[in-house]
Amino acid sequence: MDRLPLILSTLCFLFGFAAMAASVKAGHFRPRRFNLAMMGAGFLLQTVFLGQRGKMIGHCPLTNLFEALIFLSWAITLFYLLIGPTYRISLLGMFTEPLVFLIQTVALLAPIDTPHPALFPPHSPWLEFHAAVSVVAYGAFALAGIAGIMYLAQEHQLKTRRLGTIFFQMPPITALATTNMRLLWAGFLLLTIGQAAAVAIRVRVGPGVMIWGGAMWFSYLLLLLARRLGPRRVAILSVLVFVLSIGALCIFNHFSKGEM
Amino acid sequence: MQILCLGLSHRTAAVDVREQFAVPEAELAPALARLGALPGIAEAVIVSTCNRVEFYAAATDPERAMCSLLQFATERSGVTPTIPEPFFAHHGTASIEHLFRVVSGLESMVIGETEILGQVKKAYAAAAAAGSTSRNLNKFFQRAFNVAKEVRTRTSITRGPVSVGSVTVDLAEKIFGKLSSCHVMILGAGETSELTARALLSRGVKSIFVANRTHERAVALAEEMGGEAILFEECDSRYHEIDILISSTAAPHYVVTRDKIGPVMKARPDRPLFLIDLAVPRDVEPSVNEIEGAFLYDIDSLRMIAQQGMEVRKQEVLHCEQLIARHIDEFHQWLGAARPEPPSGQIPVSDS
Repeated sequence: MDRLPLILSTLCFLFGFAAMAASVKAGHFRPRRFNLAMMGAGFLLQTVFLGQRGKMIGHCPLTNLFEALIFLSWAITLFYLLIGPTYRISLLGMFTEPLVFLIQTVALLAPIDTPHPALFPPHSPWLEFHAAVSVVAYGAFALAGIAGIMYLAQEHQLKTRRLGTIFFQMPPITALATTNMRLLWAGFLLLTIGQAAAVAIRVRVGPGVMIWGGAMWFSYLLLLLARRLGPRRVAILSVLVFVLSIGALCIFNHFSKGEM
Repeated sequence: MQILCLGLSHRTAAVDVREQFAVPEAELAPALARLGALPGIAEAVIVSTCNRVEFYAAATDPERAMCSLLQFATERSGVTPTIPEPFFAHHGTASIEHLFRVVSGLESMVIGETEILGQVKKAYAAAAAAGSTSRNLNKFFQRAFNVAKEVRTRTSITRGPVSVGSVTVDLAEKIFGKLSSCHVMILGAGETSELTARALLSRGVKSIFVANRTHERAVALAEEMGGEAILFEECDSRYHEIDILISSTAAPHYVVTRDKIGPVMKARPDRPLFLIDLAVPRDVEPSVNEIEGAFLYDIDSLRMIAQQGMEVRKQEVLHCEQLIARHIDEFHQWLGAARPEPPSGQIPVSDS
């Protein structure tokens, strides 16, 4: 029963994506208020679920992979709601909705909601801060990956001169490249703050977590420094690094029995 | 009460015929006053654009009102209008359908163009200001504007560019966003490149360089467009400054090659270059398109996109007609469909 808000939230993202996909198929796509409403409703329900879960366990709801994935979905939606209207790239929603739907569906169906009550020691707000900020950073990286996919799709259409249904609804590629970089910077700054908090409070973690955390921070630093490679390569790398980081997170979590 | 329409358009009359019946803006108020004073006409609106001249009227006696409309057209031009060509005449649901199609752009020369909606709005505003409209035509035109809005938002009839100029501008905006910071170079001051540059200029590009083998021609065009003329030999050293290149020289070989553009793009990886090759034979080496950040379109690809845009619009017509049909029924009911229309042939009109 405690999962009801989460299930409803997942349905909101599904409905939003289905409506957008149907209009794309019909050939008269344009971002509609319905999609924004679904994103907003989904976000509120995610917040309700995370609030209830936090109250129930007495911690920031980041005690296992299930909660981490839901928190990540929440962060992705938050960034979309902040960035989409600002940069007038509401089409990000078309790509954000299926991603969030997929993450939440996996989280709901996979047997990963195992309790780890001892993960956060009592009265450890800085540890919770470190975990929360780090996950929010990955929300920004996820959205950067989506902006990267949109950039590559738009660039492909421009290069091949095959302009599909949504070409004229997509943002300019320069705007997508700028959005990609800004989201990468936002994510990197948050990740750095999260990592700095971990160092400051001397979090004791296993070698797997340390290697993963360090490798991801370093990868995103290199990605930002690689700006001179051009927006196309940055777009590809932002997708690859995000997929690798989430994949590695899941693998480490599996082998370290919830150490993450 | 019935709605009537008498008019001619680019489909039924050549420009020399249309201009005989046109009503200039300055003459609208007296023309509306005269039309409203004719027997049988309760309300009237005159729509006069370069592609159509149409007289709309609300009348309780449609036969008499149609005769008045014909009399009005004769008075204005000195020529007796003939039906069905060059004039068409509609009454009842056909009039309603006609205006709904006109404001939706389905009767326009370029299907789906939106300029006509503004023109009809202006014509209606002039008629309302002149006091020649009342309950029926007010409701009729307001409904027509709603129909146009719905057609525009719920179909793809206005989407996609349908001319080489609009394709160029749309592509530029899909690459750069706002064009206000873009620098343009015209290579070869021909008519086609000038037209394309003017389309970009209308979107506020920052600056224009013009280069031509005959420098005097470059100077003349640059002055006309508020740009800067540069020597043709200077072009290669100025590519790094520009965002959009329009090339249309008469050279029998490639003028813009991969060797020239490659280093330019390497030095500015996050600043795209849009190359528009309007020349035949082509000026820009096709492999330039393989360079990252360079987007090359030749005249054939631009025409193909315009053609695709037109095809999409044509396919959307049926969808638009379905939307319009619903509104016709609703409006007809509102107007009082219970009142029988005169049998066909009773008045000199076509109910197409």
